[in-house]
Amino acid sequence: MTTRARGAGGLAASLYRSRDGLGVWEHRGKVAVMSIGFSPVDRRWDESLEHSLGAYSIIAAKNALADAGVGPDQVDGVLAAPGPLGARWDRAYFDPPYNSEDGISLVTAEWLTRNMGLKNVKFMNSEAGDSARVLGLAAQAIGNGLCHTALVLYPTGNLAGRYRHEPELYAKGNAQWVNPWAWTGIQSSAYRFSQYCLKYGTNHDRMAPFVVNLRRNGRMFPNGYYAQHPEAPLTEEDYLTSRWVCEPLCLHDADRPVNTATCFLMTTAERARDMKLPPVYVLNHNNNSFRIRSSVETLEEAEQFCEVHARRLYEGSGLTPGDVDVFNPYDGYTLFTQNYLEAFRWQGVGKGEAHDFYAGDISVEGPHPILSSGGNNGTGRTRCAIFADCIEQLQGRAGERQVHIKAETAVAGCVLPAGCGWLAFGKSPD
Amino acid sequence: MPKPIPVPDELSKPFWDAVNQRQLVVQSCTACNRRQYPPQPTCAKCGSKDHLTWLETSGRGRIQGYVVERDTRMEPLVPDQPFNIAVIELQEDPQILFLSHLPGVPLGQVPVGARVEVRFDQVAPGQLIHEWQVENSTGGYRPRKK
Repeated sequence: MTTRARGAGGLAASLYRSRDGLGVWEHRGKVAVMSIGFSPVDRRWDESLEHSLGAYSIIAAKNALADAGVGPDQVDGVLAAPGPLGARWDRAYFDPPYNSEDGISLVTAEWLTRNMGLKNVKFMNSEAGDSARVLGLAAQAIGNGLCHTALVLYPTGNLAGRYRHEPELYAKGNAQWVNPWAWTGIQSSAYRFSQYCLKYGTNHDRMAPFVVNLRRNGRMFPNGYYAQHPEAPLTEEDYLTSRWVCEPLCLHDADRPVNTATCFLMTTAERARDMKLPPVYVLNHNNNSFRIRSSVETLEEAEQFCEVHARRLYEGSGLTPGDVDVFNPYDGYTLFTQNYLEAFRWQGVGKGEAHDFYAGDISVEGPHPILSSGGNNGTGRTRCAIFADCIEQLQGRAGERQVHIKAETAVAGCVLPAGCGWLAFGKSPD
Repeated sequence: MPKPIPVPDELSKPFWDAVNQRQLVVQSCTACNRRQYPPQPTCAKCGSKDHLTWLETSGRGRIQGYVVERDTRMEPLVPDQPFNIAVIELQEDPQILFLSHLPGVPLGQVPVGARVEVRFDQVAPGQLIHEWQVENSTGGYRPRKK
């Protein structure tokens, strides 16, 4: 029998660990990530079926299974965050049942299960909105015994046209309070960064070493956009002279939307012992959403939200800031990553100290290798490289990106301060 | 500058009706004395639905900060870019924040901290929108030019 988790208020809502006081996660160390499968990464979908998100999702899922040496009949769970779209896409559809985007520009768990011919799936869920949420939900579902071996899919598409441009002359719903002034996520991030600079006496130029290092790390991530579509390495001069999109946010502060799929294979710690790769254990997961006070998210609010993210992640994992080796906070846009770094106190970085930290040695070879994945900025808007890197670092197979410090624990999270999911991983279940 | 046109709904209609009468109002909860903008179905502090009323504001505020938009996603506003987008704190409750293009303020020369007052601009026949204008300038943060 197939069990489907429901959305907010239903079964799934109780699985996301979204409040304080939950203590150490009851399944800490009892769930493992075994492997990761990737599809190719394209800048945009060319509208061919072989490059559709459905096709790419199957490639990613097969690669995840092959990577772990697991057969499709062993899979009894499939979870997907069906995927965000970039530009609007209006087109005529065929008659039912071919009037669906499923398998084309988004992919549900149901579609993947059906099209891979997975016969033993008893748990499916397609309601998570992002990569952290679907990974956290999968960890909880496995821990709760809803399934034991799950494919966890995050496809992300990018269609032709300007990304998420809004041609609409009328502003409805929440948009009526912001669209007349052209205020969307990018303006909010730029604004909070301007407030950060004022509060802590810093400036945009000091972001240059951080972004250049992200791109460097990203070029060492074989399944990222810049490794597959090489460009000249980004220099500090490139960053400092790039055009403003929304001052003080420049072109290189934004991640590049891409068309790709990533799939993780997760299972119980017990089953993981018999698989061919060393397991990476999930030590905790949280997913937190916050309501802002008014029409604009302020720096103070973002800092408070990030403090909650850190507090809950540390509480549930039993880790302290000094225990975290690999740290991959979200960076798409780069201008709020310092809020995560400072709230999590990674490497001892405190309030207002992130830009001093960026000026030090943050390379993967050095003592402070933040975002060894390259993040979204360095790999494209996969929203998965941050988690994949945690797994690969702890398995000791991150290749050129392998950090030179010890890699026994890792933390990653995405997306925004007001709504973000986090996972903690350990090389050991203890 | 022309703007996307707000479409009032059941929740927001009293707000936009007031704007069309050149009044700036916010929701107020008489149970916990909390103001809120944008309007919400319940008080975000105490959860009350039955104690929400509309309260006229002073129409005065202060510029908290700003950004300069140069590549907007809002296609109706593309012809007017670049432009300032300022964040305005309401005088009687600085946690209530409004947005403004600050008509008349030169690009990138927004006087952070300056006092502002509300004005009402027509965005469509029969539909006004609240905007803000500077009362006086006090200088402030300037983003680096590229």
